[in-house]
Amino acid sequence: MREPRVIVIGNGMVGYKFCEKLKSKSDFFKLIVFGEESRRAYDRVHLSEYFNGKDEEDLSLSTANWYHDLDIKLYLNNPIVSIDRENKTVRDLSGINHGYDFLVFATGSAAFVPSIPGIEKEGVFVYRTIDDLDLIKAYAKKAKKASVIGGGLLGLEAAKALIDLGIEQTDIIEFAPGLMPRQIDPAGSRILVSKLTALGLQIHLNKNTTSIAGEACISEMKFADGSVMETDMLVISAGIKPRDELAKDCGIITGPRGGIVVDDRMQTNDSCIFAIGECALHAEQIYGLVAPGYDMAEVLAANLSGDNKTFSGFDMSTKLKLIGVDVASFGDNFIQEPDCRTIIFENKHKGIYKRLNISNCGQYLLGGILIGDAAAYNMLLQTTNNRILLSENPEELIMGTRSAENDGAAGITALPDSALICSCEGVTKGDICKSVSEGGCENLDDIKKCTKAGTGCGGCMPMVKDLMLHTMKAQGKYLRNVVCEHFQYSRQELYDLIHIHQLKSYDTVLTELGKGDGCETCKPLVSSLLASLWNEMILKKGNDTAQDSNDRFLANIQKGGSYSVVPRVPGGEITPDKLIVIGNVAKKYHLYTKITGGQRIDMFGAHLNDLPLIWEELIAAGFESGHAYGKGLRTVKSCVGSTWCRFGLHDSVSFAIRIEERYRGIRAPHKFKSAVSGCIRECAEAQSKDFGIIATEKGWNLYVCGNGGSKPQHALLLASDLDSDTCIQYIDRFLMFYIRTADPLTRTATWLNKMEGGMDYLRNVVVNDSLGMAATWEEEIESLIAAYKCEWKEAVENPAIRKRFSHFVNSPEEKDPSIEFVEMRGQKRTPDWKIA
Amino acid sequence: MTETTKWMAACRVEDAAENGGVCVKSGEEQIALFYFTRRNEWYATQNECPHRKQMALSRGMIGTLTDEPKVACPFHKKNFSLKTGECLNGDECAIKTYPVKVENGTVYIALKSTR
Ligand code: SRM
Ligand SMILES: Cc1cc2nc3c(=O)[nH]c(=O)nc-3n(C[C@H](O)[C@H](O)[C@H](O)COP(=O)(O)OP(=O)(O)OC[C@H]3O[C@@H](n4cnc5c(N)ncnc54)[C@H](O)[C@@H]3O)c2cc1C
Ligand code: SF4
Ligand code: FES
Repeated sequence: MREPRVIVIGNGMVGYKFCEKLKSKSDFFKLIVFGEESRRAYDRVHLSEYFNGKDEEDLSLSTANWYHDLDIKLYLNNPIVSIDRENKTVRDLSGINHGYDFLVFATGSAAFVPSIPGIEKEGVFVYRTIDDLDLIKAYAKKAKKASVIGGGLLGLEAAKALIDLGIEQTDIIEFAPGLMPRQIDPAGSRILVSKLTALGLQIHLNKNTTSIAGEACISEMKFADGSVMETDMLVISAGIKPRDELAKDCGIITGPRGGIVVDDRMQTNDSCIFAIGECALHAEQIYGLVAPGYDMAEVLAANLSGDNKTFSGFDMSTKLKLIGVDVASFGDNFIQEPDCRTIIFENKHKGIYKRLNISNCGQYLLGGILIGDAAAYNMLLQTTNNRILLSENPEELIMGTRSAENDGAAGITALPDSALICSCEGVTKGDICKSVSEGGCENLDDIKKCTKAGTGCGGCMPMVKDLMLHTMKAQGKYLRNVVCEHFQYSRQELYDLIHIHQLKSYDTVLTELGKGDGCETCKPLVSSLLASLWNEMILKKGNDTAQDSNDRFLANIQKGGSYSVVPRVPGGEITPDKLIVIGNVAKKYHLYTKITGGQRIDMFGAHLNDLPLIWEELIAAGFESGHAYGKGLRTVKSCVGSTWCRFGLHDSVSFAIRIEERYRGIRAPHKFKSAVSGCIRECAEAQSKDFGIIATEKGWNLYVCGNGGSKPQHALLLASDLDSDTCIQYIDRFLMFYIRTADPLTRTATWLNKMEGGMDYLRNVVVNDSLGMAATWEEEIESLIAAYKCEWKEAVENPAIRKRFSHFVNSPEEKDPSIEFVEMRGQKRTPDWKIA
Repeated sequence: MTETTKWMAACRVEDAAENGGVCVKSGEEQIALFYFTRRNEWYATQNECPHRKQMALSRGMIGTLTDEPKVACPFHKKNFSLKTGECLNGDECAIKTYPVKVENGTVYIALKSTR
């Protein structure tokens, strides 16, 4: 007997999941898949990440040979165009007929495009496929102003994408009186509107678009209220339309508003034909989310392989992060008094809105809405779905402060083993705990592999992590943040061990404390510990190749393979003579010059071979390394202070120089920066630094643990009105505490955020010496300071090290011929990446 | 068409970087030569990283993944097997590798030429 043939129409998320499930359950079928798009099924849920650096392959759900290896025949770019139910064949675009025994519709849906006059104009897009995104990206280059029709989930996501593409102004047009009308209530919508407006989006509610005007391309939109708005492009996100056209043509029953009608076993009115995913209409409901689609795929795969499963509807709870704003709804989110009692928490100042709907008996949570802070989402969803009895004060569920961690643990213990944690993959609490207690999983990756939890939308990961930690703790396992496969220690443990054993090179550390032959994670980490402990020349033989590439060549590698040169300019103060030296050196070696954000000058585009020559000249003129490449002190910025400024209280420049010269060259888990301002006007931006100092009438205020970067955080006041020496004493202790205890690549702000007890604890350690370590630390830092030498000076003077600065080992004089530059505004720059 | 192997003298053992790489010029080509001293092994690969076509692999850190010797590109830390040239992050394409031998303190790299 020939194996039965299953043909799947559509290679989207659900079609793919069906193939995976069917193949894992049975080898009995021949699977043939037709996809209309040109690429293998990809993660549509994370489509927008295509604009944030992810490419096609990153989004793809499988590797190229996955289909081949599982013996699945995949046709791409080849939609099915008609179906002959009598002869049980489908016809593809190229006109070939293929016979089937079972036929599965996984055709998903298309964006719903309302019939507005002018909608066909150039510059109007939908947001559904990677191809759509490519078109939008190309067009956005010449657009300044964009609009989105639809203020639902997809519309907001499209608006965010437009912001990411650099469009200056984006307007959202919504027909309904509120945003996300399916998920949130009017009060929630108001908070969301104010948050999004603050982020630069213009939101228009109750607005009905009547026509789109423009020559060939869109140039303006007209509305029912008579108003008109100019726009360069438009993205339509007004809802979805199930792709049921093929089914309809061959007499399969579809719903009046679209969708292929299926029963609980995903069967249509033809017993050989099924539909799953967004094209299926089950109990008069279309599910526009991926988790129910995956559940349908499971049900159908099980039934085809002889099992008996049914689909009984699905929870539409969702949690999203829109433009950095959490939005979640769960359970019965819209039920109102008198059918329930509601608890509402609203904080307009911070843009937080939370609503809980509680049964009239006060015992159960029925559903709710969270905006601005959805940390409690997983727990609330579980409380609803598992009908967990509420405490006397259910408001604590949303008012609970930061001690949520303990509550979280208490919360997960209360869950039954059957609680569904990952709804995309149908993984329960029991499955996850078992994978840890019996399956030996000890990290999230293992759990993902073993149970598939978190491989869909990933929203359950925080809860999976809590469950993992909880189970491991219950088993008495000691949890450690180990470095990598070569060291079964945390950074802090390694620090202590290297100290105790007095180890001085990467190789001996690896031999004594680790296993295997190292990697790019542990090498820089151990090198940094060695530097923090002993402050010896980092390029000492044997340690040189254990440095990160930038440290190995004492310069930051740039696009194209050239390097940058950044001499230290303490406090940003520089003499005219030194400026002239920089100018002359840059001219001589053809370097691009730029004032950095750190109050000094960067010279870019140096050949590796030229670095020692350049530094020789700089050092002769009194410069030293600026450590722009190392994880250590970067800059101490200053404002001009009392020497010139009419408001200056103290000499901030002198103090900045003193600090920069004190801590230069000290290596730490991450780079650290500082600044000194001469008064509270704060022109040096000290409060955005790892430690920042601001002059007061009586002395200095010391702020710690701030940073700029991608997640800016203000520094917090550690101590006030200090004299200069006490201020330095506190910084000494603070830095050594940080160097000893922070995780790798953790800036001070993140270190503090993870510290139990937070700022109060830190202050106690630094100011009141609660750990009794102050004297040791002060001694240690003095020895680091005493050991300081300019690395570049040592490098140019030591022939063995200097020799390393040539590109070709067999032609030391020759520079890398592959390095190219192009001209811009009278200087040079690197050409764009050559993409493979 | 026959394949012949030509051994090119690349450098002296003491010129190579211990537990790291150096770059060798071979006509128009650039070859990264690695001396994995800890394992007493030598490897050679193309110097160009296929990810963004940067001449950089010789400046990368070497190490192992379980027991597979590898190099991490200094630019975006893509990993390549030193044995097979395969990209260990699954995505980028593989790199060329060359046999290496050491005789009398000189390191040789095998260049294949077809004619
Ligand atoms: C050159 C400079 C930009 C400029 O032209 O102005 C720059 C250039 C780089 N920055 Fe920066 N940052 C520069 C000032 C800043 C500032 C502004 C400041 O210091 O006041 C910030 C925000 C303040 C802060 O750090 O808190 C800044 C936040 C970052 C971050 C994000 C850090 C974070 O904790 O989020 C990175 C990424 C990292 O370090 O992991 C980064 C990383 C980098 C790297 C090292 C990226 C890289 O690996 O190639 C760039 C090195 C270029 C080079 O070869 O020198 N740069 N960078 C500035 C050099 C200042 C200097 O004189 O040393
Ligand atoms: C921007 C965006 C964000 C989203 N965010 C979320 C989210 O956060 N959470 C969530 O749960 N869901 C989200 N979704 C929805 C989710 O992506 C869908 O629910 C899911 O993709 C549905 O899977 P599917 O396989 O049914 O349909 P699809 O993934 O659309 O796949 C259907 C495929 O069938 C093809 N096809 C159609 N007709 C034919 C034919 N005749 N022949 C051959 N092939 C055909 C189509 O081209 C398509 O490739 C989002 C969707 C978008 C667009
Ligand atoms: S902001 Fe980004 S691009 Fe600009 S210098 Fe810093 S790291 Fe480089
Ligand atoms: S260029 Fe090598 S990893 Fe990007």
